[in-house]
Amino acid sequence: MKDPKHERKLGTILGLSVGIAILLAALFLATSLCAAEGPAIPSIFKPESTPADLSYHLALFVLAITGIIFVIVFSLLVYAIMKFKRRSADGPEPPQVYGSNQIEIAWTVIPVLIVLVLFMATARVIHAIQDARMPKGATEVTVIGHQYWWEFRYPALGIVTANELHIPVSDPSRPSPTFLKLLSADTDHSFWVPRLAGKTDLIPNRENKMWVDPHNIGVYVGQCSQYCGIQHAKMLLRVYVDSPSQFEQWVQLEKKKVQPSAAASEGQRIFETTACINCHTVSGTIADGNFGPDLTHLMSRDTIASGAAPNTPENLKTWIQDPDSIKPGSLMPAMKLNDHDLTELTAYLETLQ
Amino acid sequence: MASESIPLNIIDHATQPIGERLHAWVVTVDHKKLGILYILYGLVFFMIGGIEATIIRIQLIVPRNNFVSPEVFNRMFTMHGTTMIFFVVMPILFGFGTYLVPLMIGTRDMAFPRLNALSFWLTAFGGLLLYYSFVGGTGLYGAGNAPDVGWFAYAPLTARVFSPGHSTDFWTMGLLVSGFGSIGTAINFITTILCMRCPGMTLGKMPLLSWMYMVMAWMVILAISPLTAAQLMLAIDRYLGGHFFDVQAGGSAVLWMHFFWIFGHPEVYILVIPAFAFVSEIVPVFSRKPIFGYPVMVAATVCIGLVSMSVWAHHMFTVGMNTYGNSFFVMTTMIVGVPTGIKIFNWLGTMWGGKIQFKSPMLFCTAFLFQFLIAGLTGIMLGTAPFNWQLSASYFVIAHFHYMIVGGIVFAIFGAFYYWFPKMTGRMFTETLAKWHFWLFVIGFHLTFDFMHIPGILGMPRRIYTYEPGRGWETWNLIVTIGVFFQIAAVLVFVFNIMRSLIKGQPAESDPWDAWTLEWSVSSPPPEYNFGKIPTVLSRRPLWDLKHPEDPDWKFE
Amino acid sequence: MSSEAIARPSMEPELILPSRGRVGMFSLIAAESAIFTIFVVAYIFYIGKSVSGPTPKDVLELPIFATVCLLSSSLTIHLAVKALRDAKIRAFGTWWFITILLGGIFLAGTGREWQRMIFEKGLTISTNLFGTTYYSLVGLHAFHVTVGLIILTLGMIFTLLGYVKQEHSERAEVFSLYWHFVDVVWVIVFTVVYIIGR
Repeated sequence: MKDPKHERKLGTILGLSVGIAILLAALFLATSLCAAEGPAIPSIFKPESTPADLSYHLALFVLAITGIIFVIVFSLLVYAIMKFKRRSADGPEPPQVYGSNQIEIAWTVIPVLIVLVLFMATARVIHAIQDARMPKGATEVTVIGHQYWWEFRYPALGIVTANELHIPVSDPSRPSPTFLKLLSADTDHSFWVPRLAGKTDLIPNRENKMWVDPHNIGVYVGQCSQYCGIQHAKMLLRVYVDSPSQFEQWVQLEKKKVQPSAAASEGQRIFETTACINCHTVSGTIADGNFGPDLTHLMSRDTIASGAAPNTPENLKTWIQDPDSIKPGSLMPAMKLNDHDLTELTAYLETLQ
Repeated sequence: MASESIPLNIIDHATQPIGERLHAWVVTVDHKKLGILYILYGLVFFMIGGIEATIIRIQLIVPRNNFVSPEVFNRMFTMHGTTMIFFVVMPILFGFGTYLVPLMIGTRDMAFPRLNALSFWLTAFGGLLLYYSFVGGTGLYGAGNAPDVGWFAYAPLTARVFSPGHSTDFWTMGLLVSGFGSIGTAINFITTILCMRCPGMTLGKMPLLSWMYMVMAWMVILAISPLTAAQLMLAIDRYLGGHFFDVQAGGSAVLWMHFFWIFGHPEVYILVIPAFAFVSEIVPVFSRKPIFGYPVMVAATVCIGLVSMSVWAHHMFTVGMNTYGNSFFVMTTMIVGVPTGIKIFNWLGTMWGGKIQFKSPMLFCTAFLFQFLIAGLTGIMLGTAPFNWQLSASYFVIAHFHYMIVGGIVFAIFGAFYYWFPKMTGRMFTETLAKWHFWLFVIGFHLTFDFMHIPGILGMPRRIYTYEPGRGWETWNLIVTIGVFFQIAAVLVFVFNIMRSLIKGQPAESDPWDAWTLEWSVSSPPPEYNFGKIPTVLSRRPLWDLKHPEDPDWKFE
Repeated sequence: MSSEAIARPSMEPELILPSRGRVGMFSLIAAESAIFTIFVVAYIFYIGKSVSGPTPKDVLELPIFATVCLLSSSLTIHLAVKALRDAKIRAFGTWWFITILLGGIFLAGTGREWQRMIFEKGLTISTNLFGTTYYSLVGLHAFHVTVGLIILTLGMIFTLLGYVKQEHSERAEVFSLYWHFVDVVWVIVFTVVYIIGR
């Protein structure tokens, strides 16, 4: 005699399993859909550069295989739950089956084959990404991770900047990739701009390398992905992929010598006689500290404090006077200047185009 | 079987004064009491670790939130991870093993009862030492208090210069001490299982739980020791001016990573293999069939134990190893998935053709099967290095390992809890409350950890106390946090059920589930000496043989 | 129960289970080996990587005498255990005592060597990578020798007080396994530090 409570229970289990399955399917769908909106979303499923492309296609392959495995095993589990649920309280025990060698062999051999296929697919992609040779037209950038900002040096071009990386777009017919050398000045960091490439760590006393060849112009966001201390969360990255002319323009701007301005001379004096020069460099002046970012072309950047705030005069003032309100725990000290000095100093910084 | 116990209540505990009864617990060397102590200790820290997780999730519910400062947040995720692994899951699993193994192999206690007690108290003290950091960790400005270096404490962030004060030292010392406790317990398990089985119980006839605890114990011996060594090295760096991980002196940050993960990866198998053990005992009983493929299950477990010692650098795919190094670890990571998958198939095979009763232990184990499957598959995804380069250190990884630890291990622990609660306490729990616990927890778990995969795919790294709006992460973080409250509700129902059942539960008979292993042949709770007469067994299911003399296992095994 | 046992054809052979002391000690030795392995790996990894300071060639002198003493103590403890198994308490006590002496000489030799290295050659644990890895590895081993000597001494005291009997030979044997382990570790450390690493 069927117990109605059992029926209800069966229904619940059924409903839930189906529900969960649908949910999971919807999840991944949702992800791709969501990620379609806006380049500002750093989705790994919206690759814009070859290393990210290769990872993405491998990911799809792995997802397909694991998806099939999931559907098969999931269905078998649901079937077992439904079919072999005890219907009546009495009755003999079911046949006591101890095992089956054939079945065990089958479900060992098949996974081993799947593993082999996955491994070979993976090894190919690893090799393609990691062993790529640097071609002649490549841009070389040295990235140095600091607590909590990024230093970018272009040795061939003689440029030093911070936090916002400009690189040229790469035309597949005549590739101009950017090769990054990754170093660290203090603890471990990791460079992750998902749409351009997988992440690679910056480890002190060790040189790592990675490369990107962005297909489209635009701004790509990322951030540090290896816990590096208190302000790990706000060590943000902005990568500006420029057209060839835009990039050339930017390079020229960065190479330009800073012109001392009469109007800002008071601010410059304050800058050079306060602790600022211990940490910051402004090339062409006596400021040559390298604990903090190079400020020579500060105003060419959209953000300050490695992305923690937009680069506006108000924010500059706040950053100098009370950095903890923007990025608590960062290593920028509160300068405790009086109003006059602060205004003059900010005006000076505004001239660092 | 003569071991149907005649309660020889030499001491009537109920009439003793409370002070003496508590004292008996403090000085006990009885494996059953120590097992319960371990489990209670783990449950208390489960609540604390849960509070830490809740704080994390509230801070992350919206972008640029101000619920806690970055300092506090960083301490929260460090302590949450360290607590849950070392002072929740490990003690609870050690507790179940300490309680069950001697009973299941037909002996009176573990091989070294006093070492057993010492190991428990070392573990307990280690946890207290770690938590003392909240109150006692003074140091330089902003540098005291609880450790905030992440549960894997990468160098050189843990060097004196980057972590002044003593917070890191509480991490090191707390874990060092409890590590010695773990090694002691492992020695006890191995010796007990190899040397104290009852007559007739060859290695091929002992319960799967016993096999799995032995494999786990061997892994503890081989994996906790590297952590101990690494922590000694860190202490030497921090206190004696050593240079093991001092990059300025030529030391290597990556060396710490290798040493840590040589411990860290086997550690997660140390956590999951006892969960396998529980499922392997519970699923057969509630399916009314023996485990499908016992020898293969043993072989698969041993394989997992061995191979898992060779996969550690899949936690380090992004540190810049060369193509051969990365490929090797991809290979071993994939290989370890094969015996793991085989186990799922064997559990499925056990259920197949059975007459399944979905009482609460079985509900939790069934959910385990689904969730462990998914977790294993996301693990395979993470094992493909280029995909890993995107997903590592992101919320996808956090989702994956919580799926394993919560969706797998914690569910199996709850299943074990309900299964053996009558045996340990002599009371039945309320089944309706257990079902409420189950469904609330399932809903909360899936809300939180299914959706947590998405921010990872959208580029959200881990260990960030806040995040930028406009990156597409907001909705998912909100859903993830909402799930937490369902889980809290579930755990409250669980605690209420346990406490109520302890006081008012129906007295439990010795074999409420109609099961087949030796612990069900003695009273609930068992007498202090376990068995009146040490049993002799003829098969893997001695009670089945007794209950079915016309169809005993030893005819077919 | 017994009727089933008789009915079953050809019972399994009687289970022969190993001794608890031996299995427990082997497990402990396995754990300790894992710890030592990590220190040895660190030592080997850092050979030649010190940025400054004295190198192994500058400061290390082969501790031949101390090594011979320690390795001989393995022989003497073996003889002691054998004597105890044969109920020869006095012989046991004598060999046991010589083991302590030999172990003590080894420790004293290590101490002297360290004194020379610290005060004459200026190598401490914080000097450079070599100093750190050397003192850690050799120090960890010396710590294990010390613990062994403490237990040996306790055993000596019990022997002198007349408590040790033939039935305790298995316990003595289990401890000797630890002592042999300490010796094997020294062989490895000696090879890595004084032969390979110089």
